[in-house]
Amino acid sequence: MTEVRDVIIVGSGPAGYTAALYAARARLSPLVFEGSVTSGGALMNTTDVENFPGFPDGILGPDLMDQLRKQAERFGAELVADDVTEIDLACTPKRIRAGEDTYLARTVIIATGSGYRELGVPGEKRLSGHGVSWCATCDGFFFREQDIAVIGGGDSAMEEATFLTRFARSVTVVHRRDSLRASKIMQDRAAANPKIRFVWDSEVVAVLGDDRVTGLRLRNLRTGQESNLEVTGMFVAIGHDPRTELFAGQLPTDGEGYLLVEHPSTRTAIDGVFAAGDVVDRTYRQAVTAAGTGCAAALDAERWLADHEG
Amino acid sequence: MGATKAVTDATFEAEVLKAGKPVVVDYWAEWCGPCRQVAPVLEEIATEHGEKIDVVKLNVDENPVVTQRYGIMNIPTMSVFKDGQVVKEIVGAKPKSALLRELADFI
Repeated sequence: MTEVRDVIIVGSGPAGYTAALYAARARLSPLVFEGSVTSGGALMNTTDVENFPGFPDGILGPDLMDQLRKQAERFGAELVADDVTEIDLACTPKRIRAGEDTYLARTVIIATGSGYRELGVPGEKRLSGHGVSWCATCDGFFFREQDIAVIGGGDSAMEEATFLTRFARSVTVVHRRDSLRASKIMQDRAAANPKIRFVWDSEVVAVLGDDRVTGLRLRNLRTGQESNLEVTGMFVAIGHDPRTELFAGQLPTDGEGYLLVEHPSTRTAIDGVFAAGDVVDRTYRQAVTAAGTGCAAALDAERWLADHEG
Repeated sequence: MGATKAVTDATFEAEVLKAGKPVVVDYWAEWCGPCRQVAPVLEEIATEHGEKIDVVKLNVDENPVVTQRYGIMNIPTMSVFKDGQVVKEIVGAKPKSALLRELADFI
């Protein structure tokens, strides 16, 4: 008979590890599915995290995640570097499959975060790995003294554009609107950078190139006029979509696919199932808010277990 | 030291191009988060399928010659070499099950 765990946590970003830390300290021996290659979550693709409280000099995203992971492990969280392939939340106890194995749990905390959004234009997929990238920190190095483009207007687009000027000759930010969504400090930093220029009110309609990127076909959304931008690289930073495919048909989502919870708690529509981090958060999307809701989810699960004892 | 081996610009020919079996070359760098994420998966694959394939790691920072010769523009990239030729290219960190699917022809 498979042992029934008190808490299983799916996801290993700031929300997942913080939930694990709190659940472990509550002696709930949480089991965490970190994902086989997604462990650490979105921060694994960043460089300096300057806005996580307690790190006045900033900290590297991957280092911060290493520390959160160690902190959860120190109190006895059990971490599994595997992907959940199937989950049944309706039954009691809840069933989770990862590869060949089935796990049972009284409560489940969902912290699966979000994945990069694609543009969905011709050439994007075909040239992925040949000039199209979603990870500036990984691939910027390969674009020394080249002209490249960043697509998007949020904080991650500004961070990527600024970071890429370390390597590139020029960085053109292509944005659908005429103003940025990014925080003021990130905007100012990009605007002050002589290597960065902006193309406003424009979207990418195609990525050009046979076996590597040679340019982008852009369309001005005000005038409808199309033009070519000669670049050898395109970094896509147009946002993220919540990762909820595992729960399709089981948990209600909003129009954009975010899991719905009973704010300010982390309770979902299913008794004993809680959700935290970017998979529920369409508004704030910060490491520290994810950690905050991860903590709340662990406390909600702890209370639920106390109420359902025996 | 695990089941994977480091190769360099200097040893690439002997260890990869002239190898007796297919070789997966993992292009990586210290500063690449997804490279760190996929590393343990590659270790496991190297351990479990060592009789069929070699898995080697090439640091792109320290080995620009090979990196440029094969036009690597994203890391991690995992290229499969057979008889001195690239026969498969996998771009980006992927779960173990997906990597094993991509490598199914060689293991």
